[in-house]
Amino acid sequence: MAGLQIPLDHVLLLATLLFACGLAGLMSRRNIIFMLLSLEVMLNAAALAFVAAGAHWGQADGQVIFMLILAVAAAEVSVGLGLVLQVQRRLKSLDMDGADRMRG
Amino acid sequence: MMEVLFYIAAFIALAATVLALTRSNAAHALIFLIVSLLAVAVIFFLLGAPFAAALEIVIYAGAIMVLFVFVIMMLNLGEAGEQREKQWLQPRSWLLPALLALILLVEMVTILATIDTQTSGIGVSPKEVGLQLFGPYVLAVEIASMLLLAALVGAYHLGRGFIDRSKGKR
Repeated sequence: MAGLQIPLDHVLLLATLLFACGLAGLMSRRNIIFMLLSLEVMLNAAALAFVAAGAHWGQADGQVIFMLILAVAAAEVSVGLGLVLQVQRRLKSLDMDGADRMRG
Repeated sequence: MMEVLFYIAAFIALAATVLALTRSNAAHALIFLIVSLLAVAVIFFLLGAPFAAALEIVIYAGAIMVLFVFVIMMLNLGEAGEQREKQWLQPRSWLLPALLALILLVEMVTILATIDTQTSGIGVSPKEVGLQLFGPYVLAVEIASMLLLAALVGAYHLGRGFIDRSKGKR
């Protein structure tokens, strides 16, 4: 635990605040690009909590999970941005309220 | 010393995130979000996870944000886009992110100057991470590779129509 002179509580508090920012952004914004950015912020906050816990106990597991979160974020962004292009083409706007109907 | 650096980086991360998610312009938001990711990378470095810090910059701030930039640029074609480009070059829009990034750079240099010999002994080394990753977690690595393959196929399928149309085939 030589690496961690920073209290774990404070890092977890920062992760919580970042996650809350992302969640608030996701719920308040209606532009799909900002919604994707908010998702990124939330994933990043979760990754920060994992790395902080791994550093606190001196284990590598936290960073392993960080890498898996990175893979999930990359996959989510690539599909999400493909959807952005489709939404822009079909609705001629990035407002997600325009896409509240499914074609049944 | 470490604590002070951590609190500065934490403040920058929070401020940049809030600023990013309250912008109306997507490109400005991206710049602030990149600053926020750089701040989180500095925090990883302070926590004794240099490999995670490098990956955060290379993959998050590098690859994923570049994808966002590509899509925003693809959506902003035409004369309106040109007007907006001019507006983006105003110092007002990039001065604050540049300032925050400069603070982070000063922090990074301070860290590297103060802990020169200790770094190898501190925290979790990339070697341990690699041993864990391809030891007990090898199944998770395989699942992640399948996830990435599925994402590749999905992104190609979603983007194919767009590519055909912009070539003028249909």
